Amino acid sequence: MKLHPMIAALRKHKAGVVLIALQIALTLAIVCNAIFIIGQRIDRVNRPTGLDESNLFLVTQQWVGAPSADTPDGVAKLDAMQKEDLVALRNLPGVASVAPINSLPLLNSSWNGAVSLKPDAKFSDTGNNVRTTYYFTDDQAMSTLGVKLAAGRWFNAGDVQNQGFRDNPPRPIVIVTKALADKLFPKGDAVGKPIYVDGSSAPSTIVGVVTRLQVPSTGSWVNGFTWNATLVPTRLDAGFARYAVRTKPGQLEAAMKAAAPTLYKVNPLRVLDDDSVKSYADIRAEAYRADVGMAILMGVICLVLLSVTAAGIVGLTSFWVGQRHRQIGVRRALGARKVDILHYFQLENLLIAGSGAVIGIVMAIGLNLWLMRLYQMDRLPVVYTLIGVAAVLVLGQCAVFVPARRASNVPPVTATRAA
Amino acid sequence: MFGYYFDLALRSLARNKVLTALMVLAIALGIGASMTTLTVLHVLSGDPLPGRSGTLYYPQIDPQDSRGYLPGKSKPMDQVTWIDGMNLLQAKRADRQALMTGGDVAVQPGNSTLDPFYEDARYTTADFFTMFGVPFQYGHAWGAAEDEAHERVAVISSRLNDKLFGGGDSTGKALRLDGTDFRIVGVTGDWSPNPNFYDLNRKSYDENEGVFVPLSTSQDVGMVHDGSVDCWGNGGGGNTPDHNAPCVWLQFWVQLDSPAKAAAYKTFLVHYSEQQKALGRFQRPPNVELRNVMQWLDYNQVVPDDVRLQTWLALGFLLVCLVNTVGLMLAKFLRRASELGVRRALGASKKALFAQLLVESGVVGLVGGMGGLLLAFIGLWLVRRQPASYAALAHLDPAMLFTTFLLALGASLLAGLLPAWRACQVAPALQLKSN
Repeated sequence: MKLHPMIAALRKHKAGVVLIALQIALTLAIVCNAIFIIGQRIDRVNRPTGLDESNLFLVTQQWVGAPSADTPDGVAKLDAMQKEDLVALRNLPGVASVAPINSLPLLNSSWNGAVSLKPDAKFSDTGNNVRTTYYFTDDQAMSTLGVKLAAGRWFNAGDVQNQGFRDNPPRPIVIVTKALADKLFPKGDAVGKPIYVDGSSAPSTIVGVVTRLQVPSTGSWVNGFTWNATLVPTRLDAGFARYAVRTKPGQLEAAMKAAAPTLYKVNPLRVLDDDSVKSYADIRAEAYRADVGMAILMGVICLVLLSVTAAGIVGLTSFWVGQRHRQIGVRRALGARKVDILHYFQLENLLIAGSGAVIGIVMAIGLNLWLMRLYQMDRLPVVYTLIGVAAVLVLGQCAVFVPARRASNVPPVTATRAA
Repeated sequence: MFGYYFDLALRSLARNKVLTALMVLAIALGIGASMTTLTVLHVLSGDPLPGRSGTLYYPQIDPQDSRGYLPGKSKPMDQVTWIDGMNLLQAKRADRQALMTGGDVAVQPGNSTLDPFYEDARYTTADFFTMFGVPFQYGHAWGAAEDEAHERVAVISSRLNDKLFGGGDSTGKALRLDGTDFRIVGVTGDWSPNPNFYDLNRKSYDENEGVFVPLSTSQDVGMVHDGSVDCWGNGGGGNTPDHNAPCVWLQFWVQLDSPAKAAAYKTFLVHYSEQQKALGRFQRPPNVELRNVMQWLDYNQVVPDDVRLQTWLALGFLLVCLVNTVGLMLAKFLRRASELGVRRALGASKKALFAQLLVESGVVGLVGGMGGLLLAFIGLWLVRRQPASYAALAHLDPAMLFTTFLLALGASLLAGLLPAWRACQVAPALQLKSN
């Protein structure tokens, strides 16, 4: 089939052709970017935190009328209270291990700072500093969190210290994540090396490296250090405390139910409300709720958009078929087969959709560049544009099929009748 | 004439129901999606204190050390240190001023049927209530004297009052917070500025404190601070920094009743910074900002990026729907070339035909607008079921309702322009001949 007569015919109804092409171009531009955003959100939600997330829950609690953490006496009392809680929780049936910890990945409550290879580095001195989050925990944390060691060793019971919340004692040993270790020691020999925490003058020796552990915050401001975590073997003593609890398989619900009454039995002067005992699955769901919502919304809009475009193609092509009723009859009378008529409309649609797709690619890239400037989006990979092009071409073919079939069924006898 | 065109439009639309339904649906979907997201955007970028926000300012100064300072580029800090906050408060250079920060307190109810629970708290100086125009259901705010005397007084929200005292007048009653007895002096009325402009480190929307206590008292009792702490130098960590630590963690708001006073206050901030530099406390040259409420919200980009992105997406969607409607309307109008030819031959002017066809697209727009409104109601209902902090606020107000119809009508008339113009170009003789 020759394209020349087809293009000549399309010139007769420029407005309609331009409108369909424009609609396809706009649809392509929006759908490409929307699918890209969906893909990014899904990647974000699916990235592993480094924890073994099943059978894990977190207790957040606050004592009422607790002693002040600013006096040595108060710190000692608070530490004793915390130890009592830990013993009680560890003795619960169904509990495998318990560790005190200031936060967990995805909890959006964090203690951040910077580590350096040099002592006395100022925080604002970005050349010598690497940003990190701190997890203050104890020797039980490895099994409780389910993190994996890449090198070195975990903390021993003897390593664990305690401190008042506002104190800033030296930290003789730390464990860092592999991401952080690689940044500080690109040769991969971090274990045994000293680093300096928060501009301190006293060195902290790296005793171990964990493969992966995410920072608590999920905001975009942590993008530079999402995997940089430093673990410190210290119980923080304050008016409140958090305990991470790992249960034996299948015991999560029972252990969660037992946690609050157990803690109240140890010391009734505390506050535990509905949010205080939270499974890790809930923490994860809460952290990524907005992302999941956005992905679903984008998906729905894409679907509706494609349907509207398909409906538009059906509508306009039907009109054309009606308009050319007589011409189709003439062609049929002159010997064109049904399938020739069908192909004519299909090819015509391919031509229009194809030119729309070309404009659409340009628009998609333009839209992406504009979004990159406004919302810190990444560059749209070519794959997404190609998928988008394929999608609109297939959509066009599907939409045109029904009216084209109707056109192919126009009997040759129409040619002899008046329009 | 309009009545006749309207009648013609209805007849024409009824003739090809599928095409009409497609057009109405496309407009309705586009309008529905746009109005849902625009309403959310409208609610989120609204003025939290209409009438007052123009005279409320948030002074920013830069007490950081000179490391990393880039003249003209480094921004002043978003909060103040205890020392600067106290200095500025005691300078009393504004019409009103308040120093405040957020916290979490354990509330121990007097009646034993309720377990102790946490409540968001605000530790503030007395002007907070008069400056922000907080209404009172019972009692009143505390005054400067109570601040001065570190008195154990508290103001609670009506929500907390309902929970603890069944909504009755609780002034004068005792309230046990963090193991210390406070005397309730006031219960606030219905007051919930959205966004929560005075402390953006906490949830920005639909989250107001239940307990207000004097800042001085909160420090005596050792109440827990909750919010952002930003330290430099050897500031160390911790949630409630030491009063002398180089950390910012308090918000300072002033009321300045005229632009001249605002200008004078900014000069005062520069002088203050110079004076502190001379004293050796500040290292950087004066680096100050004085933004009013709306400027402060804008500077902090309080409206979530996702909401803006959704709005753009919906507007793009509306555009596609419009292009779609233009195409369908073109098909519809051109199909009626013979009918229009007859009308032309009988003496109707091009203008009259144009008007007739625009009335027809207007009818489509109106029906589409109604459909869009319905979809927007459903959309907003879905938004309200989302767990986002702003979700509960997503309601259509009369202004947005009016906008919906205006947008639908405008969009459909715009979509009708090209098809109507094209259809008017019919040559009457040709149409009559071919029949």
